[in-house]
Amino acid sequence: MYTTELGKPDAKAPVAIGGEDPALVAAFEARVAADEFIEPKDWMPEAYRRTLVRQISQHAHSEIVGMLPEGNWLTRAPSLRRKAVLLAKVQDEGGHGLYLYCAAETLGTSRDEMIDALHSGKAKYSTIFNYPTLTWADIGAIGWLVDGAAIMNQVPLQRTSYGPYARAMVRVCKEESFHQRQGYEIMMALAGGTPDQKAMAQDALNRWWWPSIMMFGPPDDNSPNSAQSMRWRIKRDTNDELRQKFVDVTVPQAEYIGLTVPDPDLVWNADKGGYDFGAIDWEEFYAVVRGEGPVAKERMKARRDAWDEGAWVREAASAYEATRAARRAA
Amino acid sequence: MSREWPLWEVFIRTKGGLSHRHAGSVHAPDPELAMRHARDTYTRRMEGVSLWVVRSSDIVASDPAQDGPMFEPAEGKIYRHPTFYEIPDVVKHI
Repeated sequence: MYTTELGKPDAKAPVAIGGEDPALVAAFEARVAADEFIEPKDWMPEAYRRTLVRQISQHAHSEIVGMLPEGNWLTRAPSLRRKAVLLAKVQDEGGHGLYLYCAAETLGTSRDEMIDALHSGKAKYSTIFNYPTLTWADIGAIGWLVDGAAIMNQVPLQRTSYGPYARAMVRVCKEESFHQRQGYEIMMALAGGTPDQKAMAQDALNRWWWPSIMMFGPPDDNSPNSAQSMRWRIKRDTNDELRQKFVDVTVPQAEYIGLTVPDPDLVWNADKGGYDFGAIDWEEFYAVVRGEGPVAKERMKARRDAWDEGAWVREAASAYEATRAARRAA
Repeated sequence: MSREWPLWEVFIRTKGGLSHRHAGSVHAPDPELAMRHARDTYTRRMEGVSLWVVRSSDIVASDPAQDGPMFEPAEGKIYRHPTFYEIPDVVKHI
């Protein structure tokens, strides 16, 4: 998911950048307003390009970092079936990261530059992955809630105005649905198990609920870049709209397996046809964005180590090809 | 930072009888690894029966700024389409 603007309102919010030909800007705005797709070689305002690079690369980083909390449980999955499923899911997340890096690269930023921005701490990724996975039930909760929230956010992005991003999202959405279902299945099994297993499932829901609904990003009245992104059809729904939708579909799923959403203010509101829910602790959200999440340092260290320890493989493959090219030339 | 692996475009034939269609891209140092990466990245669920990988730098693309002059002549020659010709309804099989 992972596609909301992270961080506090930015003084350098994308606004029209001076010096661009007004006729080109007007033609671009008209194309976007008519729901046309923008393709890599088309002219686009610099602010549109920058917003997309930031959003798509954040999204890609989140997929890649998202492999870590789940990878933590690969060797301890409770059965061979669960292990095979989790392995496939983690591999999918890696694939999703690659689709997204590719989409961002069409905007003129190299993958190495983006990865470097992640490793140097300049680029953000979804706050959700800075929470630890303490028990096996957390793997269920992540699939059910985190991937569920991701799907809610990604489905409308299949119609986002930038063609390569939209096409990457089509591919991601096709694969993502199994992620959520396998997570819910884990929760179902635990909730229907021994009292200890059920307590483990409830504990995971307690810890993941609030971070999951924070994933949709700051409330609309505190999300200054949203309006521009909506106008450019980069975003299709506001953060609050998506959050409400997620709460409305998820609460009955929790009830069905006998788990309780940890929000005493949660109540059905018949007038709006949706749930009212309690206030979100945005200070926690911003602290996690700043890198103060429980395992933020561990996550970044794991990423940097993987990159550094893989360097010899990348270099060896390049050297091998260089030798063969030289031989072909000779 | 060492030199980045070049970019390759990936095309998939989803089943026999259909054309290859662009799926995305991968980074790889050589054709063999490009093929392996394309397979791992784009065909984890029986998405296809055949793969092409092409160095991105070898693709020549038309210029979107020239779309008008490039594609207009066809639009101006509607007599190239069968619906341009009016044939009475009583005439069959034409």
